[in-house]
Amino acid sequence: MMQFMLLFSRQGKLRLQKWYAAHQDKMKKKITRELVTLVLSRKPKMCSFLEWKDLKIVYKRYASLYFCCAIEPEDNELLTLEVIHRYVELLDKYFGSVCELDIIFNFEKAYFMLDELLLGGEVQETSKKNVLKAIAAQDLLQEEETPQGFFEDHGLG
Amino acid sequence: MPTVKGDGMRGLAVFISDIRNCKSKEAEIKRINKELANIRSKFKGDKTLDGYQKKKYVCKLLFIFLLGHDIDFGHMEAVNLLSSNRYTEKQIGYLFISVLIGANNDLMKLVIQAIRNDLAGRNPIHITLALQCVANIGSREMAEGLSVDIPKLLVSGDTIDSVKQSAALTLLRLLRSSPDSIPMGEWMSRIIHLLNDQHMGVVTAAASLIENLVKKNPEEYKGCVSLAVSRLSRIVTSSYTDLQDYTYYFVPAPWLSVKLLRLLQNYPPPEDPAVKTRLSECLETILNKAQEPPKSKKVQHSNAKNAVLFEAINLIIHMDSDPNLLVRACNQLGQFLQHRETNLRYLALESMCLLATSEFSHEAVKKHQETVITALKTERDVSVRQRAVDLLYAMCDRTNAEEIVGEMLEYLESADYSIREEMVLKVAILAEKYAVDYTWYVDVILNLIRIAGDYVSEEVWYRVIQIVINRDDVQGYAAKTVFEALQAPACHENMVKVGGYILGEFGNLIAGDPRSGSAVQFQLLHSKYHLCSPATRGLLLSAYIKFINLFPEIKHIIQDVLRSDNNMRNADVELQQRSIEYLQLSSITTADVLATVLEEMPPFPERESSILAKLKKKKPSSVPEGSEQKETTASKIPAVQMSNNVDIAPPTSINLMSQGESSTDDFVDQGSPQGGSASVDLLGLGSPTQPTAPSVGSGGLLDMFDTLTSHSSAPATNGIDLGGLSGGAEEAFRKFICKNNGVLFENDLLQIGVKSEYREDLGRLWVFYGNKTTFQLNAFLVDVSTPGNLSETGLSIQQKPVGGEVEAGAQVKQQFNMACVQEFAEAPVMTIQFLYSGAQQKISLKLPVVLNKYITPAEMDANTFFTRWKALNSPSQECQQIIKATSPIDHEQVKAKLIGFSVSVLEKVDPNAENFVSAGILYTRNQQVGILLRLEPNKQAQMYRLTVRASRDKVAKILCDLMQTQL
Repeated sequence: MMQFMLLFSRQGKLRLQKWYAAHQDKMKKKITRELVTLVLSRKPKMCSFLEWKDLKIVYKRYASLYFCCAIEPEDNELLTLEVIHRYVELLDKYFGSVCELDIIFNFEKAYFMLDELLLGGEVQETSKKNVLKAIAAQDLLQEEETPQGFFEDHGLG
Repeated sequence: MPTVKGDGMRGLAVFISDIRNCKSKEAEIKRINKELANIRSKFKGDKTLDGYQKKKYVCKLLFIFLLGHDIDFGHMEAVNLLSSNRYTEKQIGYLFISVLIGANNDLMKLVIQAIRNDLAGRNPIHITLALQCVANIGSREMAEGLSVDIPKLLVSGDTIDSVKQSAALTLLRLLRSSPDSIPMGEWMSRIIHLLNDQHMGVVTAAASLIENLVKKNPEEYKGCVSLAVSRLSRIVTSSYTDLQDYTYYFVPAPWLSVKLLRLLQNYPPPEDPAVKTRLSECLETILNKAQEPPKSKKVQHSNAKNAVLFEAINLIIHMDSDPNLLVRACNQLGQFLQHRETNLRYLALESMCLLATSEFSHEAVKKHQETVITALKTERDVSVRQRAVDLLYAMCDRTNAEEIVGEMLEYLESADYSIREEMVLKVAILAEKYAVDYTWYVDVILNLIRIAGDYVSEEVWYRVIQIVINRDDVQGYAAKTVFEALQAPACHENMVKVGGYILGEFGNLIAGDPRSGSAVQFQLLHSKYHLCSPATRGLLLSAYIKFINLFPEIKHIIQDVLRSDNNMRNADVELQQRSIEYLQLSSITTADVLATVLEEMPPFPERESSILAKLKKKKPSSVPEGSEQKETTASKIPAVQMSNNVDIAPPTSINLMSQGESSTDDFVDQGSPQGGSASVDLLGLGSPTQPTAPSVGSGGLLDMFDTLTSHSSAPATNGIDLGGLSGGAEEAFRKFICKNNGVLFENDLLQIGVKSEYREDLGRLWVFYGNKTTFQLNAFLVDVSTPGNLSETGLSIQQKPVGGEVEAGAQVKQQFNMACVQEFAEAPVMTIQFLYSGAQQKISLKLPVVLNKYITPAEMDANTFFTRWKALNSPSQECQQIIKATSPIDHEQVKAKLIGFSVSVLEKVDPNAENFVSAGILYTRNQQVGILLRLEPNKQAQMYRLTVRASRDKVAKILCDLMQTQL
């Protein structure tokens, strides 16, 4: 079972965090700090897997973003790399050449998409088509619901 | 600003832009505070806030939280959003709650109600949202509140596939967080059939849930084996086009394959021959595919393919039954060892460690030894080198030990600091385990100290000493080698310790050669003395006193050293004490006595290597599942025993200072503990009795010799073993036979004091546990057991609970109530266990509850005494012992002892005033037993004759045995 997933920039800014096991906020911050430092200090050709406490860390860099997952000892490292890749593909397909800014400005979408791919730390749906279909259905519902405050936001309310 | 997807909350996007434009942290905080104030006032004042606005503000709060700021309001608004009919509002509400509301929030009841409403509704997209929220939080309250709804969704015929997927994983989450809250029901029997589901996504999700259930109850779900095998078989034999979107970079359903392969690792190889054959075919197909040319150059293709391959290899290793598959797996991994992908090399090394433990593939793994050694030397990533070390350790056996140990030693010179300590342990273990020739072993350990002295832990050098002492064929060689090693101008302190110890024991074996004569040896050791820590100096002083015995010709030189101000008046009390006592010892005793006291160490009892225990503790996964590991897990011996120095310390004749004191304590009132601690007592017994101020009077010295003799007859009291007692426990216990209060045990961590009171057949005893450290002692557990069937017949003990932690510097008290049912000979044993900075500690002590405590003194005149004495004339009623006095016979002291023993001292009863006559009544629940005692001292012979008569069989013998320890 995946314990958590962190997305952070090369500058160490956390962009997304997903915790599949309960921790106190203080602990989450501590873990995040520790891992960001650890992963950023690694050189490009190094192994993508690390032992960390009782867990295994699997990380991969895409452009300016690091995707970092913590999995349990019996979990499969290589396949975790591909979970990350599938997630990146989904984001990419949805946003159209995803970049860090997309994730900053649409962070809630990034969370919704992750919930379709992984649930409770386990792979739920690996079909790209099915995930995107689910997200498209959500967007469709959004468009049908005329936002009441929409005009206000545009200074017309 | 990039395009905002979906409905686009413009206000949110503007806010995010603002934050991003902030030039400083201060500006960002200012902007956030402004926004928080705005949102707060909106939530408070504006009653007409519509759903969209609520959603927008909740989303802003979420963003602020994710930036790392605390959010203390808005939760209620988020909960309100859950009951909105608009999907997007509900969705943001659920997101906020998943991220921000902890399991114990007050609003949880409302949240669960909203979830239940959504689950009951017919809208699958709402059901999915609710399930995702449960899976994200997974609290006990949710498990209890929704334990019926979710399983129902999972097996119901009209649930759509995507909801089934979410339901399966949500249920898994709840089973993990609160397994006992989910009622088992009819759904369980149907669950394994989800492996046959048409929809690959459903199977993928269900496989994880099934694995969890199987782990708890493999028997009940045994049917899943054949289902999983057939599903797996269909996947591996399908072409990549068959599975459409579930094919990932030309690999059919890698995630499902891996989950199925893992599920099967919970079972032994299938019994049904058809299933077994089919599974073997699957595994072979996977191995074959690894040899096929890749269908794509993309790393995703090879990762997915190899992920399945590694999992298949895990299953092959788990089944450990098909030599053909094991060897094929090993060859495949061998190829990966030289792959250009670092990730694959890493995983291959790791996986091979497991293969090395199988008898079928051990030899095949050994073929790759050269490659692994090259990896150790050339890999650029330390985590890969670490794996190479692990594999070398795992593949080592008698045939290649010399080479592997040699390579590891060589690598150690340049090894990363982060892995040195572990490497040292591994080298030490391999050298010991596979040594045919112990001179090689000694060389290896001394090399370890030379190369990586700082990383050689105490366990390692203790162990080499244990082994040298136990094997006389290697002692001369060891002495010669350490002597040479000490010649180096700068040698590590650990080398000085080993050198000091070994020369102190066996220096005579090399003294024949004038180049290493006695004076040369001494000068060599002493030249290091001033550079060493007090602990090492203490050890060297002990080596010096041993030299006095080995080499009488240099006695005067050594005495001068002991006499020097630097030692005799050293600020360190332990060094001072050793110097003074050793000097006295060497001055006043005859050569015979000296030779007895300082004779060679007796062999250590054979036990598991403490180094292995240490490695296991450090890195449980890195110790291959050899037989030795299984043994220890079975007997649950804590990895590292009470105190490191106890392990090395058998009953020694040399360092008996603390022993001597423990018996003088009987006469000297127990003062407050002095500064010296057992850890300084490097060579010695690790006897945790408290060192009192040096008492070098003649009495003290005599005691010293007495304990020497009594000690050698009771060697079991030393060392801490599962069955045995902690060091010094027996002596401390004896002190309590004639008194009720005092310190029972003390070491660096803990002081244990005892207070007790008795009335007839009832007793109360308080034990005080004092934490001497500056850390909390965790998982503090006390267990009292009575040897044999004492509990049924002799003593009934009631133990008040003692709490799990002892704070730094604090003392906790525990009360025991004990009733004497009938006579008993053995005292109950108390086992104290706790965690000190992560290490399990264990102390076993005898609880000082002895039969004489239940005696009440009785007064009577001479007439009555002799009448009764004569009446108790059957042999089973009497016990007589002749005892050698352990201290000069002193009338008043003996009298005090008898009173402490709870019997009266009757005056003018015995015609000889020197004799003692005593009487008492032993109260047991079942009956009262009359006790008469006569003690006749003989000052000339320093002997006592002790006679006890009692009105019940066995009692006299028990009391006699107890009393004789006190004289």
